Amino acid sequence: MEKLEFARVGETMYREKLDNGLTVFVFPKPEFQKGYAFFATNYGGMDMRFCLDGTWHDTPAGVAHYLEHKMFDTKEGNALQELAANGASPNAFTSNAITGYYFESTEKFEENLRILLSFVSVPYFTKESVDKEQGIIGQEIGMIEDDPDWKVIMNLMAALYRNHPVRVSVAGSVESISHITADTLYACHKAFYDPANMVLCVAGPVDPARICEVAREILPRQAGPIAAKDYGPREEPRVASPLAEERMEVSTPIFQLGYKGDPAHTGEDRLRQQLVGELALEVLLGNSTPLYARLYREGLINQSFSYGYESYPGCAFLCAGGESRDPERVRDAVAAEAARIGREGVDSPLWERVKKGVYGNKVRGLNSFENLCVGQAQAFFAGVDYLHFAGLFDQITKGEAEALIAAWVTGERTALSVVRPKGA
Amino acid sequence: MTETKRRELFPGVWLRTVHTDKFKSAYLSLTLLTPLDRETAGANALVPYVLRRGTAAHPDMESLSAALDELYGGAVEPAVRKKGETQCVGFVASFLDDAYALHGEKILESAAALLGELLLSPYTWEGAFCPDYTEGEKANLIDRIRAQVNDKRTYALQRLTREMCRYEAFGVDKLGDEETVAAVTPQSLWARYQDLLSTARVEVYYCGSADPDRVEAALRAALAGLPVNGDREDPDCEVRLTAGPEPRLVEESMDVTQGKLALGFRTGGQTCWEPDYPAFTVMNAIFGGTTLSKLFLNVREKLSLCYYASSAMEKMKGLILVSSGIEFDKFQTARDEILAQLEAIRRGEIEDWELEGARHTLMGGHLATLDDQGRQEEFWLGQAAAGLDTTIEELCAQFEGVTKEQVARSAQRLELDTVYFLKGKEA
Repeated sequence: MEKLEFARVGETMYREKLDNGLTVFVFPKPEFQKGYAFFATNYGGMDMRFCLDGTWHDTPAGVAHYLEHKMFDTKEGNALQELAANGASPNAFTSNAITGYYFESTEKFEENLRILLSFVSVPYFTKESVDKEQGIIGQEIGMIEDDPDWKVIMNLMAALYRNHPVRVSVAGSVESISHITADTLYACHKAFYDPANMVLCVAGPVDPARICEVAREILPRQAGPIAAKDYGPREEPRVASPLAEERMEVSTPIFQLGYKGDPAHTGEDRLRQQLVGELALEVLLGNSTPLYARLYREGLINQSFSYGYESYPGCAFLCAGGESRDPERVRDAVAAEAARIGREGVDSPLWERVKKGVYGNKVRGLNSFENLCVGQAQAFFAGVDYLHFAGLFDQITKGEAEALIAAWVTGERTALSVVRPKGA
Repeated sequence: MTETKRRELFPGVWLRTVHTDKFKSAYLSLTLLTPLDRETAGANALVPYVLRRGTAAHPDMESLSAALDELYGGAVEPAVRKKGETQCVGFVASFLDDAYALHGEKILESAAALLGELLLSPYTWEGAFCPDYTEGEKANLIDRIRAQVNDKRTYALQRLTREMCRYEAFGVDKLGDEETVAAVTPQSLWARYQDLLSTARVEVYYCGSADPDRVEAALRAALAGLPVNGDREDPDCEVRLTAGPEPRLVEESMDVTQGKLALGFRTGGQTCWEPDYPAFTVMNAIFGGTTLSKLFLNVREKLSLCYYASSAMEKMKGLILVSSGIEFDKFQTARDEILAQLEAIRRGEIEDWELEGARHTLMGGHLATLDDQGRQEEFWLGQAAAGLDTTIEELCAQFEGVTKEQVARSAQRLELDTVYFLKGKEA
């Protein structure tokens, strides 16, 4: 196995690409009790249209998530219970871009890893179980649709993007999932759950070589074909709609502001754009900016305010939101601050401080095996190593952050999504 | 190698240190422990938020944020928690561990000093808190209280405990209520703050790579300004053994698509202080505490009666709270089925794999706490509020001996007290 040292942040990463195309990453952590394994496919809610063996398929919204639910079914019963009976805490998630299955356990790690690799690679669906899942996922959709924090983000996505599938809910709708059959699930599994389209990341008190041996033993010997994806025509910079409003049972209006960015290239450029995006947010509206202090003092934002940079294949954006009595004023204040930065530049002492702060935060984030493994899986699919940030960080300049703000935080790229209280 | 120690810094001011170099960060917390009371809860909850706005040396959030950025993006958050009938207010903080500073700086001493400054040297105005900060944080706290309705799952459990314990301190929310918060003035808040500083038990927590003696020295220096009081109050919790003669039903309607059903049980005096606590914990895990539990496997998976169904224990108050999300018309069926699952445990209908699964999940969960600084702090704060010194490793060992008979006996002592149902508005 290849051994990579990231001395500055105290991490060691082992890497190996198996003959079947699967890449394995291991972070040995001898001093910890628990081990964490994350097995992911480069397939998420956005990947509805794809081409396999020369045929284009259009699948219903929500199918990747549906598949995730049903993967736990095995011929013998249910892998979730098998893992839980072994003292492991298993779970899975489907995001826009990836589907990941994971567990954490303090004992029987290898046995649990075998179960994980096996149930994710061997599909087993029956008509009865697929039909029954309609009810369970229908309930889940009902629950998230009651969740204003989810609603405000979905509405923002639809306001930012005209056709990019990131605007469609990962869970789909009760209507869209009604078209899903066992055959749909088998087809999607075949298209995307090939070892060559997947990654395994493990952190814990483990031996890297053993992890690869287990993976070789359980998974298919050879790589299969991988489907090509289609996200539709490239998005223009202008947002689809500058404002999205809805009324729900909330006490205070909640909002999300979005700034439509340029999609990132793969490899180091993607990581660089992410760091620049994060630092740009910190100097524009982050906790130590004069703007944040003013908005907080004026009662326009509160502790719920948070912000982030997001990127998926074919799209990238900045967002910021929380509760506010007057979200339009927050939007206008950010626009004015961006214009001021355009004229005067970012204050140098602020830039230095913020860089130090963001660096420390990122290093602290490495405490979490989940951050480390999920971060590495996502970075790997984008062609870069997650821990590479530690070396790249020093090179990011103030000018890059200023340029990103000037290009993205503009009127035509801004959308505001608000959920207001009913009857107010 | 991890070593845990507890020592008294000043009378009634305790320091718990967890010495380990496995994390990238140092975790610090500073907590005042005071009885949960309807009259004072709102003002107590407000105190850390107003303190976090500014100090004498760093009078606004901008200068505080700048100071934190210089400490490599340290985070200090106001924390308001409820442990039994004790309200815990203060700060939790996380800083980069000294080992990862780029230029060999010592972060711990500066971080401890900043925490001490936040607690003891607030920005003041005419001998009290500044009116701006007080009003601003009052509005935020009221927003936060109102926002509790947004997450219906948590809201249902909150409403259940409020109804069930309406004549007990436990029925008081950790944030207090809108009315008492609205009535706070800079002067009344100042008086409350002074009272807390001089009477509340203080718990300080550190987890990181620094030697405990160095931590003690840093915190003694940072907290030297605390009023001296040899008689700081000890936390207490009233335990009601039984429910009323008939379970009480509370219903509420809102514009929601999914109903929430919550059931509250009294445990017949089973708490963290009793010798049967391990059996009680295992019983809760089998009933609804894990994804192997009877509620999860039968009510959710087999019968598809709900999207989620789980149970949680209030270990000091002696309660079991069941929470589920259901279709509106499944109220009776889901309620009956939840109770039927409890009956099965009472009759001793527990499979070997259920007992072993619950035991392993509990032990795994507890041991994994050792790998997470935040969860470990939460555990030790709970132990401090309960006046217990049992370690995580010791608790795990106690789960080993629990038998099916003990689990059945534990379930037999549960009494249904209150049922809360959140349903949709009539069309």
